[in-house]
Amino acid sequence: MEFAELIKTPRVDGVVLHRPFMPTVEGTLCLTGHHLILSSRQDNTEELWLLHANIDSIEKRFVGSLGTIIVKCKDLRVIQLDIPGMEECLNIASSIEALSTLDSVSLMYPFFYRPLFEVIEDGWQLFVPEEAFKDLESMVLFYPWNETTLFGLPKEDEEDNIALWSAESAFTVDEAVMMRAAQPLTGTNGRRCKEDEKLINATLCAGKRGYIIDTRTIAVAQQAKTRGGGFEQEANYPQWRRIHKAIERSNVLQDSLIKLVEACNDQSHSMDRWLSKLEASNWQSKVKEILTTACLAAQCIDREGASVLVHGTEGTDSTLQVTSLAQIILDPACRTIRGFEVLIEREWLQAGHPFQQRCAQSAYSNGKPRSEAPVFLLFLDCVWQILRQFPCSFQFNENLLIMFFEHAYASQFGTFLGNCVAERVKLQLSQKTVSLWSWVNRPQELERFLNPLYEPNNLVIWPSVAPQSLLLWEGVFLRWNRSTKCLDEACQEMVHIIEYNKELQNKVNSLRRQLAQLETEDSPLQTP
Amino acid sequence: MCHIKQVKLLDRFSNKSVTGTLHLTATHLIFVESNSTSAQEIWILHHHIASVEKLSLTTSGCPLLIQCRNFRLVHFVIPRERDCHDIYSSLLRLLRPVSYDELYAFSYNPKQNDQQREEGWQLIDLAAEFERMGVPCDQWQLTDVNREYKVCETYPRDLYVPITASKPIIIGSSKFRSKGRFPVLTYFYQEKKAAVCRCSQPLSGFSARCLEDEHMLQAISKANHNSRYIYVMDTRPKLNALANRAAGKGYENEDNYPNIRFQFVGIENIHVMRGSLQKLLEVMGTRSLSMTDYLVGLENSGWLRHIKAIMDAAIFLAKAVTDEGASVLVHCSDGWDRTAQVCALGSLLLDPYYRTIKGFMVLIEKDWISFGHKFADRCDQLDPDPKEVSPIFTQFLECVWQLTEQFPQAFEFSEWFLIQIHEHVHSCQFGNFLGNSQRLKERTYSLWAHLLSEKQNYLNPVYSPSFAESHPVLEPSTQAYHFKFWRNMYHQYDRSMHPRQSILKHVLTLKESNRELEGTVQALKTVSSPQQFERSHPPRPQSLILGAPLLSRKEVQQEEDEEVFGEEAREDAPASTGGERTVEGSSATENGYGELKGSFDSKNEPAVVTLEFGVARMTC
Repeated sequence: MEFAELIKTPRVDGVVLHRPFMPTVEGTLCLTGHHLILSSRQDNTEELWLLHANIDSIEKRFVGSLGTIIVKCKDLRVIQLDIPGMEECLNIASSIEALSTLDSVSLMYPFFYRPLFEVIEDGWQLFVPEEAFKDLESMVLFYPWNETTLFGLPKEDEEDNIALWSAESAFTVDEAVMMRAAQPLTGTNGRRCKEDEKLINATLCAGKRGYIIDTRTIAVAQQAKTRGGGFEQEANYPQWRRIHKAIERSNVLQDSLIKLVEACNDQSHSMDRWLSKLEASNWQSKVKEILTTACLAAQCIDREGASVLVHGTEGTDSTLQVTSLAQIILDPACRTIRGFEVLIEREWLQAGHPFQQRCAQSAYSNGKPRSEAPVFLLFLDCVWQILRQFPCSFQFNENLLIMFFEHAYASQFGTFLGNCVAERVKLQLSQKTVSLWSWVNRPQELERFLNPLYEPNNLVIWPSVAPQSLLLWEGVFLRWNRSTKCLDEACQEMVHIIEYNKELQNKVNSLRRQLAQLETEDSPLQTP
Repeated sequence: MCHIKQVKLLDRFSNKSVTGTLHLTATHLIFVESNSTSAQEIWILHHHIASVEKLSLTTSGCPLLIQCRNFRLVHFVIPRERDCHDIYSSLLRLLRPVSYDELYAFSYNPKQNDQQREEGWQLIDLAAEFERMGVPCDQWQLTDVNREYKVCETYPRDLYVPITASKPIIIGSSKFRSKGRFPVLTYFYQEKKAAVCRCSQPLSGFSARCLEDEHMLQAISKANHNSRYIYVMDTRPKLNALANRAAGKGYENEDNYPNIRFQFVGIENIHVMRGSLQKLLEVMGTRSLSMTDYLVGLENSGWLRHIKAIMDAAIFLAKAVTDEGASVLVHCSDGWDRTAQVCALGSLLLDPYYRTIKGFMVLIEKDWISFGHKFADRCDQLDPDPKEVSPIFTQFLECVWQLTEQFPQAFEFSEWFLIQIHEHVHSCQFGNFLGNSQRLKERTYSLWAHLLSEKQNYLNPVYSPSFAESHPVLEPSTQAYHFKFWRNMYHQYDRSMHPRQSILKHVLTLKESNRELEGTVQALKTVSSPQQFERSHPPRPQSLILGAPLLSRKEVQQEEDEEVFGEEAREDAPASTGGERTVEGSSATENGYGELKGSFDSKNEPAVVTLEFGVARMTC
């Protein structure tokens, strides 16, 4: 298919762009296969380059022959284009609609994107699973990552993605591991699987115990039995204790996001209406629930020295939120930029979170959600909450989290395409697209994501999960609804103070050195 | 002074508890933890105690629940019922002083001589403040009509009125206003010659008129050539104002007052505010509060709605003055609650001076203390009448905090300044909020001098004086989502809820360190300049020699740590226990992520995690 077929009007002059908190821009609108571009042809006004893939939905309005398209983006931005001429406007609108909902992955922009920067470090080669697990001791040798067949995983079991993660001995006395899985397929008649029992029990040394954290309530887990799923019977897994938590399934999440964004975008709310809408969206409750469960998992490992197995139904959504957050709490390495990338690579990409399905639509989708759900965004929100509570313990700042959110939904890079490793291999992403990591890890880009307050903190960081301690993530949800000029300037001032401090420290040190030198030169003279 | 051993202090939000000794002194209730390594001390001033409650006996002892006006809540369990009863009855007697002389301010002695004390009182000079605004001027004059406090006893002696307002007009007007509080100037916006005036409601009933009062408003209007009209803001909801008419009070009839634009603002009365705060505190005090209950409770309390209403009114005032150049007359019923809130907050929006530490003190002195906000009643200092208590001043402080969140560079002070003022409004430790008589000042100390002496604790490190130049008038957004729950005020003592590392404290420390380093650089430059080095060998200060430890950042931090922010009665607290501080509430169990059922292989609960950085910064 040629993109040109979808573009009936590639260019319109005299289009006016309205963006919140920015002056309006008049210019020429151009449509390309992957971008919507508005250029004012003046030197110092900013141009708009918008990926079609970033467009969640559009609305058309007409007043006389002046058409207006309201473009709602997946990063939650809403912009307005005034287009003279009804026909032009209709053409543009239908092109945008077609181009923003391309079915075929291989038509997506990452397959066409050629980087303007030199790729120094190929992101596709950065994270080799074996590397990530190399810190694990003997256990790993027994249970290598991708050779699950070695210990005979039964076919009917969904546990095809068991991963081990070692708690660093730095903060646990006993060697404890965290694992994730999908639900066991016990069904209504309580089927058993010897191999599964053996595998799960083998992770524990004799006399040791572990916890199974089921992210579903017991009622939901019971129900799953009727569909062939279920949970581990304690009698069959004698060394394990099961704990149920109440993280809702991902399909409820989409609705929650839509309601939240709706509440944030309505500027006419009274105080009461705002609070009740915020509550009704249920988003903050989910943040609290997930953080609580992650803390529980971390607590089992750090305080009890016990191993933990986390699973929900599929093991690709809430399970990943819990295991990855627990690692951020426990492991200081995950709070560095590299470590956080590794975490996303290992716990999300390799673990098979279906990014393409989950991030196909965002908060402005009109259609009935199929498998869209902001599971990853919710995870990022939880990370932000911990970051807020430990602002000096993370090497990165909020911008990195926002950037991941943007790229998960629409990107020029191939990293978040596909739904699992197998799909990505099939799509030959590593040969045909550029990795997000190739771009992020360039020193020029990294600078934007560095937290000036960072001081490595090797301790476990326990966040407060009291509702009073959890805030709305304004950086994402109010990003386009408020002017951040005052906040940004204050932040710059803070950076200035920190940098000035370093500068002064250096100055003092070099002066001291000079002084010491003078002193040594001087001292022979003093001795008669 | 008595003490009881083996008293348990239960954490408010978890199942944790510590054991220690409870001491009762004439001024404080003190709890000293017995564990010697991390011995925490809690000092509670009797004046801070709002209520004491004895709960029913349990197997471990007799529980005593103490609620404080600074939103602290402590829950003791005292082993013997008799001891508990003794403490309980002593506290009941102590927490309600019957006479002025029993207030802490009269026994508090910061070891200053009379001269120092007097200087403290002279720090704030309201005459100088009006001069700063440009008053008296060709349109506004100082009147001595209230010299003996005879025209209005709740007003200050020095009052500013339009030059055309003669004494008979003033006296006539005062007779037509509730409590004699006639219209006077409180802020003068020099740029537009627009005045912010305040008064109480007129005694208009359904039809009464007063020519002098009408003249008075005319005079205010005429004093401003930039606008043909003045705004009269009645800060009450219309319904309340209407109800007052039936009692012979009410509001201005636009037909009788030419050139006024009358406007209701709709801030609720003291009773509604009291109820609202109570609801808020009830919700926030719930153990294992769910997010839903939190948000629903926040909404149902109406607290943030009231805060927004006050802010909206202040913004209306500021806009009228700056955009239209119009003068504004503000009143409510008696003109000492809502009027004080709106005038003070409006002035703060208009004038960057009030956003400095000194200026904020002046503002409180002017709009709250001198114009007779009834601190004693509202803050329940003396003479308990529960119907008179209301968090009016707290709301004002919170509005200012909401502004600091939107404009982080506009204020010289941080929220800890606001919180500290709030502490002392209730502590009765200083004379400022107790009354206004000269006799009182002779026997007590001024809070402002005390706060200025520890100014460095309250500084906002990112404050920028140049911000004031570019934003002389603040124009905050009043979108609902900009109003947040002020955790550090209402949960100041619930440390497990606070961020474990504070950006504010961190940057403040760095800024302090920058100042010291600048000094060190200077000193080093002088010493190491070769000429000087050869000419003479001045004894070099130890710390400048290489290898000698410069006061490192960590040390600076530790020093600051010992100045615990926001703890009352620092001066007379015993020597700080010092040593390493631990993160309270940083143990996993305390956060209540969920109890592990039947935790086997149970190890001893490890000592609370120690974070070398940020730990003690938690206090902020």
